[in-house]
Amino acid sequence: MENFAIYVPRLLPQKEYFAPGHRACIGCGEALALRLVTKALGREVIISNATGCMEIVSSPFPTTSWRVPWIHTLFENASAVASGIEAALKIMKEKGMRTKMPKVVAMGGDGATLDIGLQSLSGAWERGHDFIYVCFDNEAYMNTGIQRSSGTPFGAATTTSPAGKLSIGQTTWKKNMPAIAVAHDIPYVATACPSYPFDLMEKVNKAVATKGPSYLHVLSPCPTGWRHPPDVSVKIGRLAVETGVFPLYEVENGKYKLNVDFPKLRPVRDYLSPQGRFRHLPKDEVERIQQGVIREYQKLKKKVEA
Amino acid sequence: MAMVGMEGSLAMAEAVRLANADVVAAYPITPQTHIVERLAEMVANGELNAAYVPVESEHSAMSACLGSSATGARTFTATAGQGLELMHEVLYVASSLRLPIVMGVANRALSSPLSVWGDHSDVMAVRDTGWIQIFVENGQQAFDLTLCAFRIGEDPKVLFPVMIHMDGFHVSHVVEPLYLLNEEQVKGFLPPYKHPFPLDTDNPVTMGAFAVPILYTEARKSQETALRGTRGIINKVWSDFGKLSGRHYQAVEHYRSDNADTLLLTMGSYSEIAMEAVDQLRERGEKVGLIRLRLWRPFPFEELRQATKACRTLVVLDRCISPGGPPGPVCSETKAALYSQKKRPNIAGFIGGLGGRDLSVPEFVQMVERGRVIAAEGGEEIEMIGVRG
Repeated sequence: MENFAIYVPRLLPQKEYFAPGHRACIGCGEALALRLVTKALGREVIISNATGCMEIVSSPFPTTSWRVPWIHTLFENASAVASGIEAALKIMKEKGMRTKMPKVVAMGGDGATLDIGLQSLSGAWERGHDFIYVCFDNEAYMNTGIQRSSGTPFGAATTTSPAGKLSIGQTTWKKNMPAIAVAHDIPYVATACPSYPFDLMEKVNKAVATKGPSYLHVLSPCPTGWRHPPDVSVKIGRLAVETGVFPLYEVENGKYKLNVDFPKLRPVRDYLSPQGRFRHLPKDEVERIQQGVIREYQKLKKKVEA
Repeated sequence: MAMVGMEGSLAMAEAVRLANADVVAAYPITPQTHIVERLAEMVANGELNAAYVPVESEHSAMSACLGSSATGARTFTATAGQGLELMHEVLYVASSLRLPIVMGVANRALSSPLSVWGDHSDVMAVRDTGWIQIFVENGQQAFDLTLCAFRIGEDPKVLFPVMIHMDGFHVSHVVEPLYLLNEEQVKGFLPPYKHPFPLDTDNPVTMGAFAVPILYTEARKSQETALRGTRGIINKVWSDFGKLSGRHYQAVEHYRSDNADTLLLTMGSYSEIAMEAVDQLRERGEKVGLIRLRLWRPFPFEELRQATKACRTLVVLDRCISPGGPPGPVCSETKAALYSQKKRPNIAGFIGGLGGRDLSVPEFVQMVERGRVIAAEGGEEIEMIGVRG
């Protein structure tokens, strides 16, 4: 069992579908997550990508990082485009115009998912399209220069929720997007993080095998926006999980399951202190965040035990 | 084929059925809704083997159409007024990605005040989205030109989306006698849609890349060249359709324009009322005729110049106001198209028929009479016809 971690990577597909040479920042957790997601998805996919970091770093004409069919159109409509692709594939197969039924995958950042694209995503879920939606959550509008989104955590400083004499930065709590997904009664919802690559890829595999809509919410550390050194992105992701800030869980047909549990969560300051975006926080605010994390974690555990 | 009585909206839906569309993604809005209701019904009854995607907004309707068309499916949607505005940014992507979506637009005024009735404010706001835009005047044309739109847009030398504009209520909700075509006739006229580079796992393509400043202008130029280059195909398709159906269409169409010293210029359903006004004036011995813009984009410069070169006065009706700007988009574009001509008519512009307001035959007669005066004086003021106060 102790050699498990050495052995398992050899079982992973060697083939890369998100080619190197793209223009993501050094240490980008999102690019790592995307690479792992595409590896797990394999070649039989069609991707609809919302405007955002991963779209812009991968597709400067006339170059591309994509080795699978990929379409980008706008910011808020990746799910609607995916709906059209899925509907077209199905009817074309039925009419004998196509032989294969590749998996349709829509993806976007937290802005594209939690904010501007929420309506089109909700619509696509409600209609029950057979597609995977992957949210690469780096907790702000990083592509336009670190503006706050509804995915930005409480207390984080961004360029539009700056910390100042009268402000501690973001004053609202992170929108619970996986809960919104679960509320749509879709068959598969999971959280993941590239710091746990096998867990992430396993969840992608499950989503591929799911008939109907599935949602993956992937926390993607961003050295540029979170203001941590680029060589600790993976570690920051692990700290997010170990402190309970971002628990890894999945919801299959409404049934919650915690994938990584800890007898005792690490204190939240271990996660906050390496990141410049939380640097300004006084002790009492750190304590407030700590209490918030415990509260949310307990709520989640109750759902798991239910 | 026998004559049938059919509403304009249903005639358009019938054309979509005969075209054997694969995907219809739409959102309800008055006065377009009858089109997609009928299509949903056809899918539910097995009359049309298509996917009907009941999206949650017009923005998503056009977005789903992008995905569907890029996958290689024959794709249709319809909208009107506010719905067309909500689609606005998506429309540019459809034309730039060269996706031959066909869209029926039941032209409607824009809020506020809220008005579900017809005018051309919605069209003019999407004028520069890069779509081929065609106007119809009645239900027969809605049927004919929707069928033609699939063949025009999907031609490998074209690959542009096409809007078919039919005036809300005045065409969309009016039951008229018209002739349909049968499946066999349509089969010979409309080949299957085959996008040259669809989303396909065996031949992966990247669609919708971004262009840096050294490339963007070239991308726009190639698109513009291609759009202007569609004129030959449009004419060919209409000519073939004429041979098939006996109904002939042209970019600029004439009504009693021979020897006319005064010409009316209209677009859409009010052309038929203008025809009656022309008949009355001709009976009085006046040399008055009518020309109608059938093709709004790409703009038929040459045909318009030819059509107007012999007349002294041109009276243009706009069903849209350009607030604070020159009097009406059709009038100002007409003026721009004729400015370079050594011999050109005096032009008078009128705005009328806003928000579903009817324009009657006497009002067209009044436009001709008043237009001659304004045009001779070279007036630039906005003149609204049929307005109180």
